[in-house]
Amino acid sequence: MPLFPDNYGSSFFDYLAQQRPDLTPAAKGWTSAPGLSSSGFDEGRGSHVPPVAHGTTVLAVKYQGGVLIAGDRRATEGYQIAGRRMEKVFKIDDHSAMAIAGAAGPCIEMAKIFQTELEHYEKLEGVQLSCEGKANKLGQMIKANLPMVFQGLVVLPIYVGYDLKRSEGRIFKYDITGGRYEESDYHSIGSGGKDARNTIKEHFRKNLSEEEALQVALRALYNAAEEDVGTGGPDLVRGIYPTAKLVSLAGITDIDEQRIGTLYAALIDARKRGA
Amino acid sequence: MPLPYYVSPEQMMQDKAEYAKKGIAKGRSIIAMEYADGVLMVADNPSVSLYKISEIYDSIAFSGAGKYSEFENLRKAGIRHADLKGYMYSREDVTARSLANGYSQTLGTIFSQEIKPLEVEILVAQVGESRETNELYRISFDGSIFDERGFAAIGGRAEALQVFLKERYKNGPPSLKDALALCVAALENVTNQKLPLEGLEIAVLDRGRTGRKFRRISPVESRQFLA
Repeated sequence: MPLFPDNYGSSFFDYLAQQRPDLTPAAKGWTSAPGLSSSGFDEGRGSHVPPVAHGTTVLAVKYQGGVLIAGDRRATEGYQIAGRRMEKVFKIDDHSAMAIAGAAGPCIEMAKIFQTELEHYEKLEGVQLSCEGKANKLGQMIKANLPMVFQGLVVLPIYVGYDLKRSEGRIFKYDITGGRYEESDYHSIGSGGKDARNTIKEHFRKNLSEEEALQVALRALYNAAEEDVGTGGPDLVRGIYPTAKLVSLAGITDIDEQRIGTLYAALIDARKRGA
Repeated sequence: MPLPYYVSPEQMMQDKAEYAKKGIAKGRSIIAMEYADGVLMVADNPSVSLYKISEIYDSIAFSGAGKYSEFENLRKAGIRHADLKGYMYSREDVTARSLANGYSQTLGTIFSQEIKPLEVEILVAQVGESRETNELYRISFDGSIFDERGFAAIGGRAEALQVFLKERYKNGPPSLKDALALCVAALENVTNQKLPLEGLEIAVLDRGRTGRKFRRISPVESRQFLA
């Protein structure tokens, strides 16, 4: 450990890029895409920007106490199911979480770097980044991943945070160039994102209760799974359900799998009866 | 060409050590103490924003006495070292031992190679899963490293604190309340004055917490503890 002159700033991502560029997602020399592919279809390496379509549905919905963020569990590899228990919603710090669509490996890596990034900043500076600051930093990291997008390794997140200064939940969406856009009520991305958005649009209103927001989210994921092959619905045989987290003043709360299971049982029952 | 003056290595080291000791002696003191459920750190520090005690990683804390700019650089270097290691391998692979070794190397190299030695003394503490696995390292300006048990003190009045605590720290680790009271008493004793709780920086590595075990204790909370 040399004595570091303080020219790295407070960013772990920048530090990593300078000290160990081989460990960043956009590491040079990484030219072929191993493992999980995001859309399951040929994404045309090198010649053009691949279609931003991913075998996933993740969404975020605002409610009274903050934001609810949820995602399905399916990972695909071509036309095969690569995983049934993928976790796509990540706790980032005490007041923020992100859900990701794209190539599994780089997605998980980005979530991990981002977690370290925020903790690193907090420890070095003695204070947390603001909600806005966190969202911007994530945008820069996505921008840095742009070279990988041309290899077919897209990483696209939804980022949600509870803004302690404004006392409200916030939702941010991104494009592959790192462009950052704030959503006022809800958003959903991934191959089933549009289907989920349509469902949320029908049922959303301001100031949903926690229970209502959860119902809307689960219904949206269910509908997306019906329409989109890349999205997994509730797996009643194995007992695998989409995951959801609440981001509020109290911190990040995982929603109990049993609670989600019960809500799905009721939803499916209602569908059977034709409701 | 004028000949450079000859200074014997012994003399040079002695001068450097004296210089560093003088710098450290001007500063205030810090105590780290094992208590029943973790490690407590108390610093005589009237500033509420310029910290002397800091979190490094999940179960590791750092404190520095002496020149602020110098131990602040060491602190940052430690956080970078820990975060990089934790990211590259796994969170459980970040240890106080490796960090203390790094600090020892850095301080030792600077002491022998640079004209001006660092005027700092630092403490690296790690709370273990049980009392036996706690680690407490004191690292001196010349890179010498001491593996302490029970308690450790650094800063201007470190020796007086050691003497005071040695007599009173007995029968295994005290409760947090007793440990805090003992640390405050020790600092008041060596400074010969009553220290207001607002003028103390207090933090713990609490074994009972999950994940990041470092926590600062506010003056309000410490007042409740000592009441």
